Amino acid sequence: MFYFEFSGTLARWPEFVHAGVFTVLLSATAMLLGLIIGIAGAFARLSSVRPARVIAGSYVEIIRNTPFLVQIYIIYFGLPAIGVRLDALTAGILSLSLYAGAYITEIARAGIETIDKGQVEAARALGLSPYLTFRHVILKPAMAAVYPALTSQFILIMLATSVVSVISIPELTGVANDIQGLTFRSLEAFLVVAAIYLGLTAAFKGLFTVFDRTIFSFKYVGR
Amino acid sequence: MFQTFSFNHVLFLAQAGLWTLLLSCMALFGGAIFGALIMLARISLYAPLRFIAKAYIYVIQGTPLLVLLFIAYFGLAFAGYDVPALVAAGFAFTLYAAAFLGEIWRGSIEAIGKGQWEGAAAIGLNWPKTMRFVIVPQAVRVAIPPTVGFFVQLVKNTALASIIGFVELTRAGQIVANATYQPLSVYMTVAAMYFVICSCLSFVSRRLDEKFQNNGVHQPIT
Repeated sequence: MFYFEFSGTLARWPEFVHAGVFTVLLSATAMLLGLIIGIAGAFARLSSVRPARVIAGSYVEIIRNTPFLVQIYIIYFGLPAIGVRLDALTAGILSLSLYAGAYITEIARAGIETIDKGQVEAARALGLSPYLTFRHVILKPAMAAVYPALTSQFILIMLATSVVSVISIPELTGVANDIQGLTFRSLEAFLVVAAIYLGLTAAFKGLFTVFDRTIFSFKYVGR
Repeated sequence: MFQTFSFNHVLFLAQAGLWTLLLSCMALFGGAIFGALIMLARISLYAPLRFIAKAYIYVIQGTPLLVLLFIAYFGLAFAGYDVPALVAAGFAFTLYAAAFLGEIWRGSIEAIGKGQWEGAAAIGLNWPKTMRFVIVPQAVRVAIPPTVGFFVQLVKNTALASIIGFVELTRAGQIVANATYQPLSVYMTVAAMYFVICSCLSFVSRRLDEKFQNNGVHQPIT
């Protein structure tokens, strides 16, 4: 017969809390860098300069058609062969950001394509500087249009951070792996982290609904 | 002391690539059967069934696949079944695929207009016959491109099965990298193999989408 024994696992709750915070920070960092890469990538894909289009296009295709795990292995184990030696955390953040960036490129491109050219011309005609036009007329409405896709991408990035545990980064899955090695209650350790991930997913979904109303308040004018 | 990365290693990797494809097909097949049940529960008129299907999808989509793999791997051992890594991985990927396919197919069924249901009811078809002769034949056109798109995700995600010790393409890459000590060229080769498989499938998915003129509306966010 088998029975559950959670006490040894739950006694290590401070480690789970630490790892949970670490997972959230790691996801947020990757998402932020991914957004920067993605927005730049989207403009490159839409630019009139052919090489920029080709580079951004192949970047997206390569990242989206290879496993994330193999990308981590190339960055962490492969790059030292050509003299680029990264520590685990840098390699983890770099691979997560490049991974996020490829998907966000496609999302951001869809957003930018919703902006009518007349909007930009009108903004310029009204005397808005190129920077202000970019910020208020292109970027903000474009991001507002694809906000739901961006939030589900954040959740996917958060779930993908579990994979960087393979290069010994102490996030939730890595910590669960360490704990199961100490308590010998493997199933319990992973059930606990699964519950934590589920809680984080639910919490972020709720948080993003609130964010939507504050960041993109203009969507709700008159409603 | 170390071997040099040679053509024989590439053959070994290609062979492991077949295991990757086998695991992906197992997941697609198992996921299709279980996913169809999830889809039926999700569109059922019976509220508790809808709730169970929704909760199942929420849990699977809200936890990392790697954690699901560990739970399946240790869970099966915990329940007293000593299974090879292929079975544990196949089991986890089936659960994973079922949640996503169930959701994709529900979307495809719901994309069919209400008029079709009403029309079928008006000519006296019962529910199974409506599904079989009216709804499913139309929904399949909507469902196939995103299903192929999801298969790309499956092929990529089977790389995670290497972590629980199943020797597929990525694990074979690790073995060769350790033997040759040329990780960059080995992992690049591995990535290229995945790229060939996945970009062909992505291309097929896009072409089917154009052919059926769904315009990417039902493509899953991957």
